[in-house]
Amino acid sequence: MSDKVLMKGNEALAEAAIMAGCRHYFGYPITPQTEVAAYMSKRMPKIDGGVFLQAESEIAAINMVIGVAATGKRVMTSSSSPGISLKSEGLSYLAGCDLPALIVNVQRGGPGLGGIQPSQSDYFHATRGAGHGDFHMLVLAPNSVQEMVSLVFKGFDLAEKYRMTAMILSDGTMGQMMEPVSLDMGEIKQYDKPWALTGTELKRKPNIVNSLYLKPEELEVKNFERYEKYKAIEETEAMYDEYMMEDAEICIVAFGVASRVSQNAIDQARAQGIKVGMIRPITLWPFPKKALLKASEKVNAFVSVELSMGQMVEDIELATRCAKPVLLCNRVGGMIPTTEDVLNKIMEATKVGGAK
Amino acid sequence: MIVFEKPKALTDATLHYCPGCTHGIIHRLVAEAIDELGIQGRTIGVASVGCSVMAYNYFDVDMVQAAHGRAPAVATGVKRSDPNNIVFTYQGDGDLAAIGTAETVHSAARGENITVIFVNNAIYGMTGGQMAPTTLPGQITQTSPYGRDVEKVGYPVKVCEMLSQLDGATYLERVAVNNVKNVKNAKKAILKAFKNQVEGKGFSLVEVVSTCPTNWGLEPSKALGWLEENMIPYYPLGVYKDKYKEEGEAK
Amino acid sequence: MTTQILIAGFGGQGILFSGKFLAYEGLLEGKELSWLPSYGPEMRGGTANCSIILSDTKVGSPIVSNPDVLIAMNAPSLDKYENETVSGGIIIVDSSLISRKVEREDVNAFYIPATKLASEENLAGLANMIILGHAIKKANLCPHENLEATMKKLVPAKKQHLLEPNLRALELGYNY
Repeated sequence: MSDKVLMKGNEALAEAAIMAGCRHYFGYPITPQTEVAAYMSKRMPKIDGGVFLQAESEIAAINMVIGVAATGKRVMTSSSSPGISLKSEGLSYLAGCDLPALIVNVQRGGPGLGGIQPSQSDYFHATRGAGHGDFHMLVLAPNSVQEMVSLVFKGFDLAEKYRMTAMILSDGTMGQMMEPVSLDMGEIKQYDKPWALTGTELKRKPNIVNSLYLKPEELEVKNFERYEKYKAIEETEAMYDEYMMEDAEICIVAFGVASRVSQNAIDQARAQGIKVGMIRPITLWPFPKKALLKASEKVNAFVSVELSMGQMVEDIELATRCAKPVLLCNRVGGMIPTTEDVLNKIMEATKVGGAK
Repeated sequence: MIVFEKPKALTDATLHYCPGCTHGIIHRLVAEAIDELGIQGRTIGVASVGCSVMAYNYFDVDMVQAAHGRAPAVATGVKRSDPNNIVFTYQGDGDLAAIGTAETVHSAARGENITVIFVNNAIYGMTGGQMAPTTLPGQITQTSPYGRDVEKVGYPVKVCEMLSQLDGATYLERVAVNNVKNVKNAKKAILKAFKNQVEGKGFSLVEVVSTCPTNWGLEPSKALGWLEENMIPYYPLGVYKDKYKEEGEAK
Repeated sequence: MTTQILIAGFGGQGILFSGKFLAYEGLLEGKELSWLPSYGPEMRGGTANCSIILSDTKVGSPIVSNPDVLIAMNAPSLDKYENETVSGGIIIVDSSLISRKVEREDVNAFYIPATKLASEENLAGLANMIILGHAIKKANLCPHENLEATMKKLVPAKKQHLLEPNLRALELGYNY
């Protein structure tokens, strides 16, 4: 018997946050992520120093997150797409104040109220424009319940290491499914936070957490500094997984539930002798550009499998400098591509200069 | 010998406020309260958006600058992070009573153990004098150039009266700093609002009816007169709620 | 070896719980597995379903669209998934709620009046475990000796009084 337990993705994520030292959770009810809040409401009051608070709005919740983050403690909120739109103001302030925090987006179909079924259509929002101003968030995309755990630990760690917001970009399938999972993630690295608001105790000058710089030359420097940091992160922190890429002539790019479906399609295509593999981005920002560029030298075509209207296609084309055609296999609005959908697209790729 | 000294909880920075603006007095009263309670080392302030956006330069305590209207939510986070923190917000009328109404109402309803300093000068100051949620009926502003027409844009929000209906609020008082007597009263109210928090009594808000000579288009002395003749009759000074006093009387 | 199981019926029939039994049994055996409640368009139309995949290798898509084993607990579920079942697969039908027979001839169909048995045997609400027991036997989903250990793990400590009836229901279906 293994040391693993069976947990739902949303609950495993919540428990992982607690194990990673998060003692403050603020949220607002929205389908399909409510289990995270429900789990936190049950667990936090039983833990020393644990705080669960249901805020009056998504906006209030993210600002409560800002308050705790400013004091240097691990804090999180979770929501689903329409709620994340409301939090966008706070995401921009978190970036402008260089505060670490963990935000979970269990995506549903949009735009507007959209639907409540799984989606990946917040890709642009997460990787490009999570709010006003020049900034990025670390974006982590789990594709198993185990990664719902490991990426929470990773997200908190990277957030503190770089003083940035980390976002777990998940979907309803990842949140609802149960898989065996190990919660043991080892030691948590501690980072010094001399900037944190802990009260001066009359021993030091006041710390100020602020995003306002009225002098353009100061604000420019702040932006330049932040982008130097982003550059270093793009260089070192991109995470991805490869599946059957050794001899692949077609490369599927997919994350989250789309990568799970793609795995089945690859197995079936391989059984038919088609040389297809997959690069699965685990971090969507930073995007694993180098791995894709390298793959573009070997493969004849890419297939982006998504639950959105081809938002990731742009990143694949940019990463590979449009060296090879990028086909899109997608379902949206809460629909999930089937193994057959992906298999058909692989067949199509063999004809546009894909595998022989 | 009596020496007039600057409160310890104020920095040496020169205030940027306009001549005749009462922000300076209110900053001083807040700092005096922090000094008197001996809480400077564990006080964390939350600056809002508006004329007082740079309050973090003036208070000699840890400070965080919040988005427009969100100060009570940020303060909730800071307070819940460590209840030993003494947390105050310093907000204007546009911030607290328009864009941040929900945050104001719900932090009061929760009985959040924080102190809110609410500066009501009936106008948006920093953006150059637009109509505020507290602009008086008939009052001329940049965006109510013919005077606030209540038929079209409705009536001002009376914050203390509104919040007094909430069971969660502990202490609500409206004061002014237009004369020595009122400044003394305001000092007492602000001190009490902080003391309540130190004693864990819950949500305290002090509304300070204030002037904006620049955007009212009045000389500082005339602005005080306008405040007395127009603001105070519409926003009567006094205690709107004092939960512990009521309970004390009940005993 | 990968087995894809789909349990389908009305909400409230304990579909997810019987799915959980299989997931816990898989965990006990150290198998790779996934459990996914109906989350998608299929939850519309009054049917609830649960996808369980048990495998020796890493599980790909957790969504079962072509089950090796279909457990149908109402007529709409049989109508919907009969044709999706793989050739040579197994369909278990609750014959007290579904009057028709399985039409396909390339699958193995088994019938058990699970709901009727539940009320007769004083096992109200446990038709799900009765039909599951039958499926375990007919599809050889797990060794018989694992039933009790799995159930002990599945039933929470506070609800130990539910252990006996659940096990009895499982055995009833297994031996039917």
